[in-house]
Amino acid sequence: MQEAMIRRAKELLADGTVNRVLGWQRGEFVYDVTPAVFASPDELDASFVYNDFCGANLSKYLVAESRKEGKVLAFLKPCDTYSLNQLTAEHRVVRENIYAIGLPCEGKADVEALKAAGAAGITGIADGGDTFTVHTLYGDQTVAKADALAERCANCKSKQCVTYDELLGENGAVQNSHRFDMVEQLENMTADERYAFWQGELSRCIRCNACRNACPACTCEKCVFDNPQSGIANTAPADSFEEKLFHIIRAFHVAGRCTDCGECSRVCPQHIPLHLLNRKFIKDINELYGPYQAGADVAARGPLTDFTFEDCEPSVVHERGVN
Amino acid sequence: MQVNEKEFKPLIVAFCCNWCSYAGADLSGTNRLNYPANVKIIRVPCSCRVNPMFVLRAFQRGADGVILCGCHPGDCHYTTGNYYTRRRMTLLFSMLDYLGIERDRTRVEWVSAAEGAKFAATMNDFVATVTRLGENKRLEDLRCKKQ
Repeated sequence: MQEAMIRRAKELLADGTVNRVLGWQRGEFVYDVTPAVFASPDELDASFVYNDFCGANLSKYLVAESRKEGKVLAFLKPCDTYSLNQLTAEHRVVRENIYAIGLPCEGKADVEALKAAGAAGITGIADGGDTFTVHTLYGDQTVAKADALAERCANCKSKQCVTYDELLGENGAVQNSHRFDMVEQLENMTADERYAFWQGELSRCIRCNACRNACPACTCEKCVFDNPQSGIANTAPADSFEEKLFHIIRAFHVAGRCTDCGECSRVCPQHIPLHLLNRKFIKDINELYGPYQAGADVAARGPLTDFTFEDCEPSVVHERGVN
Repeated sequence: MQVNEKEFKPLIVAFCCNWCSYAGADLSGTNRLNYPANVKIIRVPCSCRVNPMFVLRAFQRGADGVILCGCHPGDCHYTTGNYYTRRRMTLLFSMLDYLGIERDRTRVEWVSAAEGAKFAATMNDFVATVTRLGENKRLEDLRCKKQ
């Protein structure tokens, strides 16, 4: 796949369709890949990489890149195409300046999970259907995908690229996922148990803002959490209230626009399951206002910028049984 | 009469829309209807003006319950404001419940300018509910507490 991508990128650079390429760059280790912009074939040869560690959602970078001069080539996984659609719908990207190549995706590996499964000194990875073959300094090792996939990929919502100018390989289909199972489990707990669960998770927050910075839905140029007047700008939470405030507001600001790409949880250095907050909003929206998948359709109206006369009253929350 | 100093009196913040509920509160006053003095009314131009942050901030600064009052759906002065409020607050309250915060601390009521009696009754009922729940511990900010 990587060779095919580089070949196609070189062709498009050569015929002038695009003047730069957005992809992933090799880091110190094979699992250390970073999004990067490549401007020449030489740069592509030197450090362009694509493997099962390339989890970053590149659509976020298109907000800035698409406003520059000339067209940019972007390699997008199915998740990323949902984000691009959502950003296009919100007029946050200039779609005409983007040449999107859709990639098939069979799930990305979580390096922490691989290490936990016993892989040390990782030098490479290959997809073997239901398994990952991990090349290490000590020989090859086979790890079942069930143990090594990133959480968002284990509960993949769709393998379908919803917007692209060109596809490399076959387009997948929307998946029948179990992504709301954990949310349901939490809902079935008592309020005290839920409180204890979230207190335990959110108290680890160091307010590095990585979840906000990586989120393709968080693209405001002026963020409430950067406002020095707000009292919560760029400081570690001093109080358990601040942790909750930050996470409730962060999740609320992307409610109805979150495509559930899972970047927030992926980048969290403290491994807080932030996707569970976003999925709660998605689940509520689906149940109360009808099924909605952000980014699936550019023309669709977001559930929080829309209403019907028959909407339920906020008291539905109180009528939900006793826990 | 003896006053029990230790009796818990919840602090309630009520966001009232300028066109209906604030006038409703006024009407309940001119009608001499009683509702507890620990309800602090904040007037907003429309219930739609209430940002989720306002609700959380109220809890941070010591509120034990937050109630939002607006025009009845269909009667919004700005035509559609309260329809958006309805969706937003449903999702926000559901999220607070999901985080384990007592769901009875938050409420939305539609009170028109002619419903002074409903305003008083709603406030009496809400204060009683929050009094039963006791002090807000789960969304408190210790720095904002009186020593």
